[in-house]
Amino acid sequence: MQLIPCPWCGPREEAEFHYGGQAHVAYPEDPSALTDEEWAQYVFFRENPSGPFAERWSHSAGCRRWFNAVRDTRTHDLLAVYRAGEPMPEVTS
Amino acid sequence: MTFRKPTGGEIDRHTLLRFTFNGVEYTGHPGDTLASALLANGVHEIGSSVKLGRPRGIVAAGSEDPTSLVQIEAPFPEPMLLATTVELYDGLVARGLAGQGRLAPEPDPARYDAKHEHCDVLVVGAGPAGLVAALTAARSGARVVLLDEQNQAGGALLGVDEYLDDRPSAEWVGDIVAELRTTPGVLVLERTTAFGMYQDGFVLALQKRTDHLGFAAPAGVARQRVWRIRTKQTVLATGAHERPVVFADNDRPGIMLASSARTFLHRYGVLPGSRAVVFTTNDSAYCAAIDLAESGVDIALIADARPDAPARLATECAARGIEVRAGQVVTGTEGPGRVTAVSIGDTRIECDTLLVSGGWNPVVSLFSQARGKLRYDTELGAFVPGEELDTVRAAGSATGELDLNACARQGREAGSAAAAAAGFTPGGQVPLPVSDSRCTSRSGLVVWRVPGADDASFVDLQRDSTVADVLRATGAGLRSLEHIKRYTTIGTAHDQGKTSGMIAAGIVAEALGVELAEQRPTTFRPPYTSVSFAALAGRDRGELHDPVRVTAIHPWHVANGALFEDVGQWKRPWYYPKPGEDLHTAVLRECRATRESVGMMDGSTLGKIDVQGRDAGRFLDMLYTNMMSTLKVGRIRYGVMCGVDGMVIDDGTVIRVGEERYLVTTTTGNAAKILDWMEEWLQTEWPHLDVHCASVTEHWATIPLVGPRSRDVLAAVAPDLDVSNEAFEFMTWHDTHVAGVPARVCRISFSGELAYEINVTAWYGLAVWEALMAAGEKYGITPYGTETMHVLRAEKGYPIIGQETDATVTPQDLGMSWAVSKKKPDFIGKRSFARVENNRTDRKQLVGLLPVDPTVLLPEGSQIVETDRLPEPPVRMLGHVTSSYPSAALGRTFALALVRSGHERIGETLYVPYEDSLVPVTVTDSVLYDKEGARRDG
Ligand SMILES: [Zn+2]
Repeated sequence: MQLIPCPWCGPREEAEFHYGGQAHVAYPEDPSALTDEEWAQYVFFRENPSGPFAERWSHSAGCRRWFNAVRDTRTHDLLAVYRAGEPMPEVTS
Repeated sequence: MTFRKPTGGEIDRHTLLRFTFNGVEYTGHPGDTLASALLANGVHEIGSSVKLGRPRGIVAAGSEDPTSLVQIEAPFPEPMLLATTVELYDGLVARGLAGQGRLAPEPDPARYDAKHEHCDVLVVGAGPAGLVAALTAARSGARVVLLDEQNQAGGALLGVDEYLDDRPSAEWVGDIVAELRTTPGVLVLERTTAFGMYQDGFVLALQKRTDHLGFAAPAGVARQRVWRIRTKQTVLATGAHERPVVFADNDRPGIMLASSARTFLHRYGVLPGSRAVVFTTNDSAYCAAIDLAESGVDIALIADARPDAPARLATECAARGIEVRAGQVVTGTEGPGRVTAVSIGDTRIECDTLLVSGGWNPVVSLFSQARGKLRYDTELGAFVPGEELDTVRAAGSATGELDLNACARQGREAGSAAAAAAGFTPGGQVPLPVSDSRCTSRSGLVVWRVPGADDASFVDLQRDSTVADVLRATGAGLRSLEHIKRYTTIGTAHDQGKTSGMIAAGIVAEALGVELAEQRPTTFRPPYTSVSFAALAGRDRGELHDPVRVTAIHPWHVANGALFEDVGQWKRPWYYPKPGEDLHTAVLRECRATRESVGMMDGSTLGKIDVQGRDAGRFLDMLYTNMMSTLKVGRIRYGVMCGVDGMVIDDGTVIRVGEERYLVTTTTGNAAKILDWMEEWLQTEWPHLDVHCASVTEHWATIPLVGPRSRDVLAAVAPDLDVSNEAFEFMTWHDTHVAGVPARVCRISFSGELAYEINVTAWYGLAVWEALMAAGEKYGITPYGTETMHVLRAEKGYPIIGQETDATVTPQDLGMSWAVSKKKPDFIGKRSFARVENNRTDRKQLVGLLPVDPTVLLPEGSQIVETDRLPEPPVRMLGHVTSSYPSAALGRTFALALVRSGHERIGETLYVPYEDSLVPVTVTDSVLYDKEGARRDG
């Protein structure tokens, strides 16, 4: 079982966490100004890279905070974790 | 006839253990395995093969054995154990298996548990390399855990009769174990197999704590324990398994790995037979032959596949009268069951034992599980660890090294490096032992198989998979070992291909004409050895499997004969049958009483979330499709929540408690999910909003009081409250006292009837419930359960989230456009309502269905079609029945359904395939009872 370093609590077992998909997909400023296609991009489409991927995680059975993590999807290695609202740090994989 | 030597081995000859195998009584000794005790009694046939029913014996002495599957019958039935890993105890009853066992029909009375352990250095395997690694790390001050599968340390040393530093190897082992046991922070576990290696140093190991005690196992001690170990560094000293060579009829009992025969000899004092042929490709089998010859076994011949026999060993054999033939291979065997003769080319030799050695496979399973890359070692003919990992090191014969001194040196280096990587500086150096072994050369010939009858040349003896099966796979165009494994099932039995996997890879490479170095080995996966589900479940069984949530009023429901329905973890009263009543009659009575007089239910499981803060209204406006910020304090609004895709995710009421405080209710099953949903938006999108959410579900006992007489009952128990329609309007709430207890009473209805929802602190729930029952007695107040609640709401067309909806249903589909705000500039889901897809007129929409025959009850989930005769498939499905009940109020059955273009079809006749007929149904509006809402005010 992987250890995930919660930026608030430190390393905890992955079973305490909940996955939240791609990070940095902001809710659109004005959804009504978007075309159907632009809105569909927000609702349905996400990246699926092989390599570093910025994701949202929630420490749902711990401090219940959402945070962001950069995970290498090939190895599951967590390359960085950072608090919500902070910019994505530079990572090397 | 006994095959037990008069002396030698780690067994206690003074104590007799009685056991029964395949219905025959035998005896053995403490220290035996079931396999060694059977061999001592001359029993080689254990069971038969799974597909072909061919006799199966004992191939290996340990957990790598592919064949000796047994079923334990007493003390407790347990299937699929290996005779080679079952320690003998008095009274054991077992039988051989034909590849499949039988689970006990009764619950296992044994206890299983789990324990967490944290360490700096984990060493797996207590052979020479592991012992030196563990002691080296321990002397540095690291917290060390040393695991070993066997009941005592020593590893491969247990199966040989060798001296280390001029004294018996057991003494050297004993000294190291003694020092480890007395070093603080060191844990040594026997009978413990590391079966899974995961990320970040997480290792699962199974400890068999009382299995070996049999009937004498003390009650109250966990029989097996799963160790959940988190380690910084790991040393894998997992050893190597000898592998056979495949030839025609290589599956007979009496055909055994040479080193395993040597182990039975030295560890258990057991001879494998009277007259043996040895077939080898390398030096190690010579030692087995010499040791067995010295113990009285007639070694008829050593056939060495190499063109030249090793000179020194050949001389030693000659001195003992053992014939050695180089450049020879076994081409076939004979025997009615157990082997009686072996063919080597044209030569036929009678024997009762054939010992085989095709070289050594390092045990790389855990290294591979840790995602270490494997490399093919051409000289060894096996995959070995192909890289260094930051936190995992292999040492000893697990790396392919076979020389004992070199193995111990690797152990010392690995132990030292692991301790250093975990932050410890070296302690006293552990001296390396010097061995007198004669058989440590790696120089063997890699031979996978001897050409012969392909369909009788067994690669995986447990799966009955032959060379012919492998060639059929490659002939069918399969090239990847992973695919061939699945096609042939080689390596998928209890032993996970410990002795067969490498050979299968070799035969595939030969068949395809490719180099093994270019073949990708199959991925090793946990568990390394079989683990019972009971052990994995541990204490999480029965009542401890999942928490059971009950309401404050639960004891009353139990005392009054309620039957319960599981809703998530909650126990909810389903209905309250009176003597002689079934579900339908009880529910019809409960419905009628509620619509005609007064009923009451326990609604405490309803999810409740306290939402507070300056921006609470703004926040709820974004979450709900309708407007919440305009709700006045003292009032209540029903609301619908959607996902960004516009699909309904939950519904419930919102109470405005104060200027900056709301109480949100959710469906019972969604309470946690909706709190998570709120937190997600607050934390990730709108952290600037001043809003705080807390679950208060369990703080409140909630009692809906429903029916035309509910006002009278409430008035009787709430003297401070003006219950008149004018003073206490629909969709308002009042704080008051009910039965002398502070209460919040809401006037809401989920049935269409005049109704109140009484909320009190959970502590008072039972007392208030009983007071309401007493006050309602003269009106025949009737407690009802979830089934009646479902019928009452369905008669009114109120959907249940998760029953009428399935994440593809919009509020408009449910006919609830009225709950979708046109004024709000935005809310979650709003933009999706404008999508083309969401505006198709042929979307599935909620409607009512009335079977033309009013007695027909449609099964929920039934499909709906357009014609009274089924056309050729594919038949166009219009939708499905979501709810279906008999109704006391309607005097007939009815259903709710999601139907394509349902709103346009009202009045049409559609058909529901049911059993052998198509049931005609009339499509109606989803509201079937009291359309005008005349009953709401009583
Ligand atoms: Zn946390």
